Amino acid sequence: MTTVALRRAGDRGWLLEVDDNAAALLVARGLRDELPELVDVVPGHQTVLAIGEAASDALRRAAERALANVPAPAETTSVEIPVRYDGADLAEVARLTGLDTAEVVERHVAPTYVVAFLGFAPGFAYLLGGDPALMVPRLAEPRERVPAGSVAVAGPYSGVYPRDSPGGWRLLGRTELTLFAAGRRPPALLAPGSRVRFLPL
Amino acid sequence: MLDAGPLTTFQDLGRPGLAHLGVPPSGAVDSAALALGNRLVGNRPGATALEATLAGPRLHFHGEHLVALTGAAVALGTNVVVRVGAGEVLDVGPCRSGARVYVCVAGGFAVEPVLGSSSTDLLTGLGPVPLRGGDLLSVGSPPAEPPRAQASTPPPRPTALRLWPGPRDDRLTAAARETLYTTRWRVTPAANRIGIRLDGPVLELARLDELLSEGVVTGALQVPPSGHPILLLNDHPTTGGYPVVGVVDSHDLPLAGQLRPGDTVSFRP
Repeated sequence: MTTVALRRAGDRGWLLEVDDNAAALLVARGLRDELPELVDVVPGHQTVLAIGEAASDALRRAAERALANVPAPAETTSVEIPVRYDGADLAEVARLTGLDTAEVVERHVAPTYVVAFLGFAPGFAYLLGGDPALMVPRLAEPRERVPAGSVAVAGPYSGVYPRDSPGGWRLLGRTELTLFAAGRRPPALLAPGSRVRFLPL
Repeated sequence: MLDAGPLTTFQDLGRPGLAHLGVPPSGAVDSAALALGNRLVGNRPGATALEATLAGPRLHFHGEHLVALTGAAVALGTNVVVRVGAGEVLDVGPCRSGARVYVCVAGGFAVEPVLGSSSTDLLTGLGPVPLRGGDLLSVGSPPAEPPRAQASTPPPRPTALRLWPGPRDDRLTAAARETLYTTRWRVTPAANRIGIRLDGPVLELARLDELLSEGVVTGALQVPPSGHPILLLNDHPTTGGYPVVGVVDSHDLPLAGQLRPGDTVSFRP
């Protein structure tokens, strides 16, 4: 039995708490489809923030319907991201996980990831579904500059930095793909719910 | 633009609707002043204007223009309309009270939009770079209809912002929930379009573990582990892991956008 708890986020927002990220993605899609009066629908790790003029019971009903229905066959995008695995932290991640660097790469490219939510920067996607053996903590001291296209891991997440920015995740490699371009439609390569595979170069 | 002052940017109504892609809402932090200024010169409410922080720009006009100054009080007054002639210089000067003055011109400033908005987003760098002395600004065609709105002295600013408890007020101790509403908070120098750090008693968190990242709204009052709250404004990150213990009512956000370092602010339920 899945549950939805509503928490107020000001006069025009509600935070819907659900059991896991799969539920958050379903609820976010349901709210978008059913309640066009919402200005923003923002999934988090296991929440959905709804901003706009919608009543809490309408939100609850739409969320519960989204969770009750058998999800339609995934109309999600699949994205393949070619990666050169030569990141500055590859050796350190191998040491922390007790693997060798080749095994780290193997385990990083094996799964199909899901975009759990975006944040931190335009186009920065938090990917779930990775190998638990690759769970490593963030750097104690974030780098001042992580180059655009860096493929990195931290905690349960993998991610790709869309542009040069500070960052505390551990760098495994780099892609040439453009994750975010304001002039492109859609601007972000990855959206909530997108499926992602990393391809080693 | 002869001189841009400490920080002058183009702003309109921002980029709502893209938060799920990590794009902040941005836009004028005193949206009421933007709308009023545009009405005073006959523009639509969201036309592109200049948002100047703590001091206004000095502008040399090449043609005749109808200009409104709204938001913070400046030497010329508050909510004033001036007609400037070709060759004239408008020196807006320092903000006497309030943090941000808006310069609206009939026809609006003509700026190439990025993701549907001409707003400068200081967090992500989306939109035009902040203005500098020497920049040449283009103005759109003035509206055919003369403006109907009349300038008037603004009502005195309320001293307390309405703050809705939640979504994570249960992360505060009972004493801290009380302190939140009974304290006069001081605005620190760490105040910009992204957020305002407030100084006052430490708000004690009942739990120190970070939340899983979740979406945050403009006006969210975040409490990091230090216990010193941060009020998030329009260029805020779209998700975060610090508990949001209250949210400023959207009608009071324009007031929050006028807070300047040294000001005090309190919250009412």
